[in-house]
Amino acid sequence: MDHLVSGLMLAPRTFKLAATGTAAGLFSGLFGVGGGTVIVPLLVLWLGYGVREATGTSLAAIVVIAAIATLAQGAYGNVVVSKGLLVGVPAVGGALFGTWFQQRVRTETIGLLFAILLVAVAIDLVVS
Amino acid sequence: MIAAIVMGAAAGVVSGLLGVGGGILFVPALTLVLSLSQVKAEATSLLAIIPVALAGAAQQYRYGNVRVRDGAVLGALSALGVLAGVALANVLPDRDLKLGFAALMLVTAAQFFRRWLRTRKASADRPVEPRARGE
Repeated sequence: MDHLVSGLMLAPRTFKLAATGTAAGLFSGLFGVGGGTVIVPLLVLWLGYGVREATGTSLAAIVVIAAIATLAQGAYGNVVVSKGLLVGVPAVGGALFGTWFQQRVRTETIGLLFAILLVAVAIDLVVS
Repeated sequence: MIAAIVMGAAAGVVSGLLGVGGGILFVPALTLVLSLSQVKAEATSLLAIIPVALAGAAQQYRYGNVRVRDGAVLGALSALGVLAGVALANVLPDRDLKLGFAALMLVTAAQFFRRWLRTRKASADRPVEPRARGE
């Protein structure tokens, strides 16, 4: 077990990155949770990213993931474009405020808020 | 209508602040307020996430917080992982997996909480608050 743990800690960066991406996709395919709840903690706790870099890079990855997933779901006719835009357009303003605000918050506080989000997602997962 | 817009804006704030898609708020906004079925709400929330993540990522890029190559690798492999996850979801015992994953999330949350506690103690020992920016 110790070997496994230290081996994982010393794994080459590219391997860690690949494992993180695959795990994020796997869990979102399995449970429908977004990739960010998997990507951000792994980047911070395993790859040694700063919290701001982890959240920023996670958002870039999510653009790719959501675009591909939307195409796939769209093919099944499950995407209701008008309602998606009704919540998505105001959310763009929210995201710009959120990233702006994030630059003014201590990284540990962002981590604390992320912990609260994880608890909420865990509860949502068990209740649903 | 107004409730949907407010929940959408709140989802955006969570997304930008914490680096997630915001589905945890988009999906209830679409089911409870805009009366979509669960399946359609989850699919539609993916569409809403695209412009949100794009705007957040672009702004974080300007702040110097995006490692573009890493993001592309993560995104491409996640897309592959999703396919495997969907296939596995049909053969694995759903309930146990969900509980296991939820437990893993709580352990991870505890890690972030411990980090926060540690720095709180450290800054309580110092007379002057360190600057908010800079790690």
